[in-house]
Formats: sequence, C-alpha cells, structure tokens
Amino acid sequence: MTTSNNFQWRRDQDGLGVWEHRGKVAIAGYGHSPVDRRWDGEDLDTSLGAYTMLACEKAMEQAGVTKDQVDGIVCCDSHIAGGSGGSASQWAPRPYFDPPYDSEYGLTLINGQWVANAMGFKNVKFAPTGVPTIGEMMGMASQAVGDGVCSTCLVIYPTGNLEGRYRRGGENADDYARGVRQWTVPWGNHGGNDFINIFPHNQYCLKYGGEHDDLAPFVINQHKNGMLTPWGFNYNHGIEPISVEDYKTSRYILNPLRIWDCDRPVNASVAYLFTTAERARDMKSQPVYVLNHSQHNFRFRTTQPDLDEVEMWTDRQAARMYEGAGLGPADVDIFNPYDGYSIMTQFFLEGFQWHGVKRGDAFAFYGGDISVKGPHPFSSSGGNLGNGRTRSAMYTDSIEQLRGTAGDRQVTVRAETALCAFTTPSSGGWLMLGKHPS
Amino acid sequence: MPKVIPVADELSQPFWDAVNERRLVLQNCTACDRLQYPPQATCQGCGSGDGLEWKEVEGRGHVATYIVIEDGRLNRRMPDQPYNLALITLDEDTTVNFYSNLPGVPAYQVPVGAAVELTFEEVASGQLIHEWRVVQ
Repeated sequence: MTTSNNFQWRRDQDGLGVWEHRGKVAIAGYGHSPVDRRWDGEDLDTSLGAYTMLACEKAMEQAGVTKDQVDGIVCCDSHIAGGSGGSASQWAPRPYFDPPYDSEYGLTLINGQWVANAMGFKNVKFAPTGVPTIGEMMGMASQAVGDGVCSTCLVIYPTGNLEGRYRRGGENADDYARGVRQWTVPWGNHGGNDFINIFPHNQYCLKYGGEHDDLAPFVINQHKNGMLTPWGFNYNHGIEPISVEDYKTSRYILNPLRIWDCDRPVNASVAYLFTTAERARDMKSQPVYVLNHSQHNFRFRTTQPDLDEVEMWTDRQAARMYEGAGLGPADVDIFNPYDGYSIMTQFFLEGFQWHGVKRGDAFAFYGGDISVKGPHPFSSSGGNLGNGRTRSAMYTDSIEQLRGTAGDRQVTVRAETALCAFTTPSSGGWLMLGKHPS
Repeated sequence: MPKVIPVADELSQPFWDAVNERRLVLQNCTACDRLQYPPQATCQGCGSGDGLEWKEVEGRGHVATYIVIEDGRLNRRMPDQPYNLALITLDEDTTVNFYSNLPGVPAYQVPVGAAVELTFEEVASGQLIHEWRVVQ
C-alpha cells in the first residue's frame, strides 16, 4: 500500500493551462453521517470512527461500489474542534475501548490506514498519510484517479468535537508563545482564521464603504439554506432561523466579528467516491465530473495579511481555476465558497466575479435576492454557517445541484457547473464540477 | 494582567535581544533592499539568505485598523477582555505591520489613522515586547 502523498499532484502555480484530466474524473457518490454537536464519550455508535464508516458505506452504496473495488483512500487526521484544546482535543488519558477504538484513532483521529483496517478494505493500494484538509484532498483524489494512481478512491473528512470550549487549553493555555506564535500571541492573537481575516475585512469596509453588519443578509441566508439541507446540523437539530435583529444584537467574539459570523463545531464525517469518468458512467448514480482543481498556500508578507494581499490572492485563485477549467465567471452556475467565518466570503465572491460581482460590490449583492429560488442563488449549500462545521456542505450541495437532487434547495437557474471550496484566502483548494464532462 | 511571553528561537534571538535593549531591528535584504518582519530564514522577496542583515528602524507608524477582543482563546489574556488589538503599519515601509494593544487607549476608542511611536513593555523579568503608543 502506498502511504506517501509525495507525488506531484498539486496544481498550485499560475499559468498551468487546462487541466490534463478535465472531465475524465468523476464523483460517483457521497455519504454523510449524522451531524452531532459533540460526541458524548460513551456511545461508540456515534463516535467519529463509527460515523466515518457510515459515511463511507453510504458513499459506496450511492455509487454501487463494493469494498473490493475501492483501491484508494484519501483521509486526513481528524480536524477536531478541540485542536490546541487540551482535554477537548484528545480522548486520553481517559481509558480506551475495545478495538477498533483502542487508541485515539477512531475517537479523535481517523486516517486511511485505520479506515482500511476497521472496514476490511482488502485492495487499497493508495492511502497516503500526512494528507491535508478537505480543500486539498478533493484535488488530491482527482489527480490520483486522473493519473491512474488509483481508480476508485474514497475521500473522507471527519470533523470531531468533544466536550469543552472550542480550542481552549493546550498551547492557548500556555504562558509562553513559541514558534510562529511568538509574533502574534503576546498581543492576544491566537493565530486563527478569525484573526487573519477580520483585519482585511475591516479594511474592506473602510475602502469600499459599508459596515460589518452588512453581512447580516448573507449570514441569514446561509441559515435559511441550512434549514433546507437534510444532511446538515441545523436542519436536524431544529435550529431556528435568525433575523436581522438577532444578528445585530448577537454577542461579539472579536468585535466586530459576531458569534453568528462563526461556524458551529460539530462531530460528523463525510465521504466522497471518486473514480474515472469511464467507470462512473456504469455506476449506480449520476456522476458529476471534475473539470479542474487547484490549491494555494500563499505566504504572508508580514505579520498580518492586509486587504491588498487578500484581494491579490483571491484574484490568483480565480485565474487558476478558470484557466484550468477552460471556463470564465459567466460559465459558473453554482458557487459555493467557504464561509467558516462570514468575513472571508466576500473576498471569494468578488475575486471570482460570480454573477458579475466586482471588488467592493459584495455587500450590495448580499442585500439583493440571493435566495436559492432567486436569480442569484449564492452559496446554495448554506455552508458551514447553515450546516455546522463539516466543511463539506459546499461540495455535497454542488453535486446535488448538478444532479438536480437538491430538493427544496434546488436552484431555478441553470445548474451545469459548480465551483466549491474549503479554503481561506491564504490557503486551501478549489474544485470545479460539471454536469457534463466537457 | 500579564501578556503571553515570547520564546526566542535561533532565528529570532537577535530580534528579541534588540527588543530587550529597547531597540527595534528588522531583517533587511541587501539584495533587494526590502525590510522583513517577522524574521525568516530567507528573503521572501528574492529568496536570498545571504543578503539578510539586521537593521534598526525608527519606530514610527500609523494605526491601520483594529478589533476588540471580547471572547478570545488565550487563558492568560482573558482577565484583560475586552481589549484592543490594533494593526500598525510601519512608516518606513507600510507593507510591514505589527500588532499592538495600544497601551493607554481605552477599549473601543482606537483612533484609526493616528500616528504611533514605538514603546516597550515588560512581560516577564528581563523580557520586553515591542508595543506602540498613540502620539498625542
């Protein structure tokens, strides 16, 4: 079994041209576990490992693929909400359980090896370790299938959440700041994407006019879309929609960043089944085709990225994706950028110029009709804000919209191409999907 | 309340040594005449490692924008909440920026655009950090 991820899979440079496997790789199935707020630490049927196996079974069932046919697993270690969180980030020193839950694997961590062993996959030849987040995993699997490294590949993304406050404890409880933290933590910045993006967001408001709470229509619409998403947290847990008043009176985290600008950590897992377009045509469910993937990991120029950097980075992401897919902004029907913090989404919207939105136009766009039944069904997934922090709603909604199976969320405009991502302005990856291979 | 204490490493030791002498020194690339902060092993502009030298800067800047930390994650700073976190651009090179809690400025009352000057604050015995205060 190959465990190295060190093959040249990334498309992380400008000017790479049309992707050589455009339309030759497909997603043939997906599966979502239930989405819980936390794992209770007792019920192994709702553990991260159990939910991961369930998600894989659903993805294979949807595609009509058996375990013997799976020859690739791309799975990162869990991005548990308690990372940097001491007791919230790992199960130990509490006693472990019977196999396969006799270590952190299956409880707070998942990787390809564990999944292969726990589920009894016998023919996996590609299960790399050190796999990055889902934003890059989707591209990694696309390239691996396109290159023939494997032909039937599960992409698995677990997101865990134990008891305890989000990312408290661990190094955030340390009196000392080491490594890169020495440049941020002494002044109060723990180094997360909330901090990274709130300053450019403030500069955005200053440069283009508007104020933070102009995000309210977008955040509210994410919640509305989430209430139409049967595999999301909000839909299944009776989360009430929020009003403008609710938003504007909600408490601050990093003023002006409000609690409703932040996603809700959850315990869940998702799986996608990638295969060749040729194989996918004979599978059980309608495939969607990968038209391009790209990645980016831009270095900060100095301590804190500013608006100029963020706009330059997102311009470059858009150029790479459009060039590799051979498409332009007017060709993109479904647009599901990342929203883990609401303050970063406008940078993607404007960088990709979806529906003609240019720099400085996002707040006015949010104030228009962005509902799924309207002319500009922006972020039809509801994203993390509407579904919980699974970081996968953007992908699943895109697949469903192209298949025409999004139910109450199905857009009324054309749905033949979709752009989706888990990415921040500085790092992550994008995926362009098509209803047709060309 | 005390701030979190920076721990110098091999690369940053000269920087923190200078701060403890109440001086602000940044990496300067002699190959492309570019200031760099935080310190890195090579110049981010041209990739040169040999051309990096330490250069003392004057320590004047401006407040670009700010936030107020009301519910942060750092245990040691929680008693301080809410507190300002300002973004300071360096006048000598506005692409270089720093964080500041703007000592002396009440929370929420940060004068965006105001001039600031370098100051230092002791966070542990013998350990200073660079801070910025509004020029009156």
